[in-house]
Amino acid sequence: MIKRQIPLFIAFVMGILFIVQYFVPHKISQDLLVAPNKWLIIIGGISILLGLSSLMHFHYTQIKRAQPGWGYSLVMFAAFGIMVTAGFLPSIIKWFLPETPPDMDPGNWLGFLPLKPGIQEGNAVFWIFLNGISPFMATMFSLIGFFIASAAFRAFRARSAEATLLLIAALIIMLGQTPLGGMIWDRIPDIMVWIFNVPNTAARRAILFGIAMGSIAFSLRIIFGIERTYLGGGKD
Amino acid sequence: MLRLTLCLTVLILAPLFSLYAQENQSLTPIEDFTAFDTPNDMGSGISLTWRVSPNDREGVTYIIYASTMPDGPWKEQAQILSTLGFKSDAPQYFGVNESNKQWHFYELSKLKENKDDNNAKPIPNGTTTYFKLAVTDGVNTVESPGVSAKPYGNWFDTSKTNVLIFVIIFSCLIIFFISLARRNPNLFIRHIPGLDAIEETIGRATEMGKPILYLNGLLDMSSLSTIASTSILAKVARKVANYDSQIKVPCYDPIVMSVCQEVVKEAYIEAGRPDAFKEDNIFYITSDQFAYAAAVDGMIVRHKPAANFYMGYYFAEALLIAETGAATGAMQIAGTDAITQLPFFITTCDYTLMGEELYAASAYLSREPLQLGSLKGQDYSKAFIILMILIGSILNTIGFALIVNLFKTF
Repeated sequence: MIKRQIPLFIAFVMGILFIVQYFVPHKISQDLLVAPNKWLIIIGGISILLGLSSLMHFHYTQIKRAQPGWGYSLVMFAAFGIMVTAGFLPSIIKWFLPETPPDMDPGNWLGFLPLKPGIQEGNAVFWIFLNGISPFMATMFSLIGFFIASAAFRAFRARSAEATLLLIAALIIMLGQTPLGGMIWDRIPDIMVWIFNVPNTAARRAILFGIAMGSIAFSLRIIFGIERTYLGGGKD
Repeated sequence: MLRLTLCLTVLILAPLFSLYAQENQSLTPIEDFTAFDTPNDMGSGISLTWRVSPNDREGVTYIIYASTMPDGPWKEQAQILSTLGFKSDAPQYFGVNESNKQWHFYELSKLKENKDDNNAKPIPNGTTTYFKLAVTDGVNTVESPGVSAKPYGNWFDTSKTNVLIFVIIFSCLIIFFISLARRNPNLFIRHIPGLDAIEETIGRATEMGKPILYLNGLLDMSSLSTIASTSILAKVARKVANYDSQIKVPCYDPIVMSVCQEVVKEAYIEAGRPDAFKEDNIFYITSDQFAYAAAVDGMIVRHKPAANFYMGYYFAEALLIAETGAATGAMQIAGTDAITQLPFFITTCDYTLMGEELYAASAYLSREPLQLGSLKGQDYSKAFIILMILIGSILNTIGFALIVNLFKTF
């Protein structure tokens, strides 16, 4: 009972409070908004430990039970170890050698090892980010181009009236975006702009109105405790 | 001959005299210079207004001086071209009114020690500050009498009055239909095919003996779409527990993960299958967008889930994940309020819940009258908006901007 009623009460009070806060420009009201944002940052920081423990436990179980793809879990542990070491090493060296001479500064010594503390250009974490994580991310992002092509191929097959309409609109947009469109017919770029500004904007706005109304209704359901499945379970 | 010479002289000199007269046009006094607390702010803002005058032309500048004492010393705060800075530029304070074009306006929130001071300090809340205005054309200068004002924080933002009124109207509509649903629980709600297909999707996965993948999107627990997603997860997990199937929930955020663990656990308990609940199936991957997409793609390719649910808010990774799922032949249901990602989900998924349908899903699946009542209220609110758009379009076309101004937000 208490486990359910207290969160519902907090949701109600905070919900009403922050609706009122939106309309009050006074400093007290602005400070009220700042405080929960700070709480969120603090909770977010603590939640990293929660995520870390889940991550470790999941991959440890994968290896222990030799689940399909357990080798990737080993890669995760290795990458995790390298990143943590790279992050902490400068501080550990400084801890053990507080009187490091300038030429033995963790940022300079050992020559080939970039060990400046924190995340900055020239240190190990930055190096790994620049030469490891960043290219991986770019690879994933650039895959989107190919995925769009394959998804478009599926979507543009003119199997129904709607799909045909989609195909025609897509063709006009694609042609309008390239010099070829203008070369075929000089009105194609204008038609492209019209499609963007009129039917496309109208549909987007309709969805946006729906989202706005939906969020008001959903927020009210949460504030008044009608919607409570996010607390776990559906009934008291 | 003399007469002709005189005439020519007059003709040549007349424009020159006119030009001289224009350059040395005397400046009229500044009218109705007032200072007052800037409305709708948290304090420290002072607004200055004065009437538009015949002085206003190219080359004429207004100079604002301020002092903490009634008699000075006056310190220059700002120079404004006389052709700029009107009350009509600040409708958030003065509303939409033609007469606002007849008034100059300048807002001051910091006081400078001199005109080149780059470390101006905020005007202290509740402290009287004195202002003086001068108008100059570079030759002549006319000063106004000093005025004073005290800044203070406001308790209501009048520029948001229309928002407040509409929030009250919509809330009343929704609350009315909730109370109506108490009396008449058989409200008609249109079918949402994506939600009707959930049962079939889970059944298919169970028959195939393959797991079900459920994603909550990339936002944290403070986002409405994530809360909606966890609510749908509760319903899906309950059906999964009933079918004795398996659900996997890789999470992007640790707090969302712990909420999902709790939600799924409760669903299994409600279904009478607490023994079948596996906490390890709801796990955290990473809070990095593309690393998350890569991990989920890997899981989809390795485990080949028969049903994929993508509920919540997504960014560029939406297509990467959904297209991989489509390639494995999984039945996919997506629900998002991310407009930019909707086309990708529509293309790659069997069913897509668009925008508000995501929020409505929990109410729709629960069939609880109170929740359905809120959906009905939401639909009537939309009808009201559509009506306003129609009336506004007609009125604006014939030259009345009343409705358009009514819906302006600042």
